[in-house]
Amino acid sequence: MIAYDISIQYMIAGYGTALGVLALYLVSLLLRWRRLKRDLQTLEELQSK
Amino acid sequence: MEPRPKLLSLLTGLSVLLFLATLAVVFLYAPLEARMNYVQKVFYIHISTAWVGMLGFLAAAAAGVAFLATKNLKWDIVEVAAVEISLVFFFIAIVTGSIWAKPSWGTWWTWDARLTTAAILEMIYLAYLLLRQGIEDPERRARFGAVYTLIGGLSVPVTFLSIRLWQTIHPAIIGTASAQAQGGFAMAPTMLQTMFFALFTFSVIFVTLLWHRVRLGRLAEKVEQRKLQEFK
Repeated sequence: MIAYDISIQYMIAGYGTALGVLALYLVSLLLRWRRLKRDLQTLEELQSK
Repeated sequence: MEPRPKLLSLLTGLSVLLFLATLAVVFLYAPLEARMNYVQKVFYIHISTAWVGMLGFLAAAAAGVAFLATKNLKWDIVEVAAVEISLVFFFIAIVTGSIWAKPSWGTWWTWDARLTTAAILEMIYLAYLLLRQGIEDPERRARFGAVYTLIGGLSVPVTFLSIRLWQTIHPAIIGTASAQAQGGFAMAPTMLQTMFFALFTFSVIFVTLLWHRVRLGRLAEKVEQRKLQEFK
């Protein structure tokens, strides 16, 4: 049997890692989206000149 | 770029709600496993992310087939999106499995058949993303990706069936485990219900993320086309 305190520590590590990795991926999606939008806007401005 | 479809907004909201509901079900409804205690709750995330990861790799193979049949580059965008999201989920599955393994098996990692095939699967698709970047021509890149994901997809059933094909210490939750399996547990009906709810939730999250990632891919394609027009 695994002791309660040790078991809780591993559970927190598991959920913390999973949520952390997911959050990083979501931030990367958001940053890439913003960068592409900015690029598109710049290109449209260049073409309209 | 067209505005975000209402259905996608709804799906995004639903994904958040389902995720929160899954956490509530895992911590408030599912019983505490007698031998492993709290660490067993990592199982719900571990199995759901592994499921979604494998599903995505197979979806990428299907998108590869669709590209080869139609030569439409939109399938290449779907394929990359599916691989990228699956890599993230499968990575979570490997890490949470390792965290679960430490108190159950006494080690973070062992070159067991399931763990080895899972690590190879992750590396196959990591290589896919890296190799794609070396091909500039979109048609060639898409053709390469389609063939690669089709062949790479064969490693998904191998990984899935590894606990049944070889002697392994990885437990089988459903079906017969290997005689060497360690760290398994009897599934109470409420645990089974929680597991299926988590599987459903992560499947919805996968579809939502796939849609967002496909939109990102289409935006990237548009920017690329504009750049070509501008600097011709």
